[in-house]
Amino acid sequence: MNDFRLPLGTLVEGFIDYVTETFGFLFDFIRVVFDGAYEFVDLLLITPPFWVIVLLAAGLALAARGWKFMTGTIVGLLVIVGVDQWENAMDTLALVLVASLLAIAFSVPLGILAAKSSVASGIIRPILDFMQTMPAFVYLIPALILFRVGVVPGIVATIIFAMAPGVRLTELGIRGVDREVVEAGQAFGASPWRILRQIQLPLAMPTIMAGINQVIMLSLSMVVIAGMVGAGGLGAQVVASLNRIDVSLGFEAGLAVVILAIFLDRLTAALGTGDTPLGRIRNTRKRRAQQALAA
Amino acid sequence: MTETIAVKADRLYKAFGRRPHELVKKLTAGASRDEVSSLGTAAVIDASFEVRRGEIFVVMGLSGSGKSTLIRMLNGLLDATSGTVTVAGQSITGISAAALREVRRKNISMVFQHFALLPHRTVIDNVAYGLEVQGMGREERLAKARTIIRLVGLDGWADSLPAELSGGMQQRVGLGRALAADTDVLLMDEAFSALDPLIRREMQEQLIELQAELGKTIIFITHDLNEAMFLGDRIAVMRDGRIVQIGTPEEILTDPANDYVAQFVQDVDRARVLTAASVMEPVRSVVTITGGPRAALRTMRDLQTSATFVLNRDRSFAGVVRDRDVLKQVKAGETDLRAIVRTDAISVSPDTPLVDLVEPSVGSDLAIAVVDEKNRLLGVIPRVTLLAALGNVSTNTGELPVIEPVATISVNMITETLRDTALEGADL
Repeated sequence: MNDFRLPLGTLVEGFIDYVTETFGFLFDFIRVVFDGAYEFVDLLLITPPFWVIVLLAAGLALAARGWKFMTGTIVGLLVIVGVDQWENAMDTLALVLVASLLAIAFSVPLGILAAKSSVASGIIRPILDFMQTMPAFVYLIPALILFRVGVVPGIVATIIFAMAPGVRLTELGIRGVDREVVEAGQAFGASPWRILRQIQLPLAMPTIMAGINQVIMLSLSMVVIAGMVGAGGLGAQVVASLNRIDVSLGFEAGLAVVILAIFLDRLTAALGTGDTPLGRIRNTRKRRAQQALAA
Repeated sequence: MTETIAVKADRLYKAFGRRPHELVKKLTAGASRDEVSSLGTAAVIDASFEVRRGEIFVVMGLSGSGKSTLIRMLNGLLDATSGTVTVAGQSITGISAAALREVRRKNISMVFQHFALLPHRTVIDNVAYGLEVQGMGREERLAKARTIIRLVGLDGWADSLPAELSGGMQQRVGLGRALAADTDVLLMDEAFSALDPLIRREMQEQLIELQAELGKTIIFITHDLNEAMFLGDRIAVMRDGRIVQIGTPEEILTDPANDYVAQFVQDVDRARVLTAASVMEPVRSVVTITGGPRAALRTMRDLQTSATFVLNRDRSFAGVVRDRDVLKQVKAGETDLRAIVRTDAISVSPDTPLVDLVEPSVGSDLAIAVVDEKNRLLGVIPRVTLLAALGNVSTNTGELPVIEPVATISVNMITETLRDTALEGADL
């Protein structure tokens, strides 16, 4: 009795070995694609001098929320430059952008599927629970085996870890659309695709954007862990400071992560509500044009 | 198309739950709704009716009576568990999703209780939605939507968002969207229930005007009996999933199929529903103008009334003569009733609601004459009949004096006068 042990771990290990051998070419392909995407985005962020990126970010901040957010963004990014973490921060930003975009590209369609079919929802839900609660480090192990050390296992682990809120909130948003409005679409003979595009997605957009915001936040928290498998960027700095018990480096790299996080969070949250200064200006203009027309 | 039936429902059943078909089979075999409740909920049971083209057909019932389920089966938003629905001669039961969409685009549109407008689109884009789905080009559909916006009285609001409009105006957009789709049949699901009473009345009146103008077939769902009575050419009363009675508002009111309907119609504003034709009495006190004053006097004596209606030679309504005037004429030896006919008698058309009869009835001691469009006298409404109808009391029990006004000259006096003035004594 005492010797009995459920060989679950061994089974999974065998499975991963089998997958590595059989589908190695596929993972190589994925590795090349993800790596290429990362390198491309990273190049875009690293190549120009830092002030170009700071100005761009400030412009985005102004359009999304206004001058207060713009000031905060400029100050925050200059602090990152000041502690000499700019390149690492841009590496991390590139990683987050690529991973979040991919996570969103997977999670939104899955969320739509889950909203349309209760069967799909019943299958997807427990898988999401599993993905979200499994300690994030654990993903790194098979990711390492499948994709080797570097940026790609970090991206893959980040995608898996960050997808769940995207799927959940997309499903919630679409299921939460007023039933009568969807019925109205049906009653006038609209196809399911048209109803999705013209009614369900626009009305669910605030909820979906909240999900996307969460995806980005989770990605950012995961890239630090991804630093352990050689993903570089701020994560690598944090891991290095941990190894050397280097408080000053740890604080500076950690602060850079926080600044990036706040910037991305406020930016995407503003886009989610749609209440941006740019939108307000557009509305006022439209109204003035209408009044002029009426007069 | 010469088809006169716009929508036909034939033995429709709808059950929700795990085993709807088994449930319906048991219901068909005669089980009651409560007996099969363990299998699921029977929302609609054995509903059959035909809606004629250009008719306003109202389905009325309290919440939970299955009326919303029923209307959703008519355009296939819900599949019937059993039975068939025919729209414009085409069965929509069991057809493909694409074919069903085609029917919805061309034949049947819908107005919703909570408006169900697309909140992110302007009024004009909402109104044009059905046309957009039909595949009409942008310029063309906006032009058409503009005329519809004018029709429903939303001029100047075309570029507003629904949230900027009041409830009544939002429902005008909903109505406009359904009208713009240009289908023959309009389904209206509690369309005015979410509106204030005053706005609701206004919308009801406007709907009737629009219907008269456009000749749409309208199937209207409501829980408000007064609304049903006001709008409906015919009404189907639903209870617990079954249609318990189908009839005109007057039939429902005057001849309820069972106690449930009777109880339901108890509170209805009878004065607005009942019409002159439904309460009028046969004319008893009547003479033709060629009959002369002596015949008139004799009629009044026999019926003991002080006035009688007078018809022209072509049987059209001429007016009223009073006993005093006739008596004078007879005594004077004149023979032409035309000289004393009073034309101030009140006459109304058969479909005048009773509410419009109260004031004239108060102002005159004569019964109100009911005449058709050719001015032929169809019947009369004495004041007592009007009162009895409003109070829901039968006038056919006992000896109510339904002939008004009562005689003011004694029978003997009339008889004497007639005898005294008899030309050859042959009259009496």
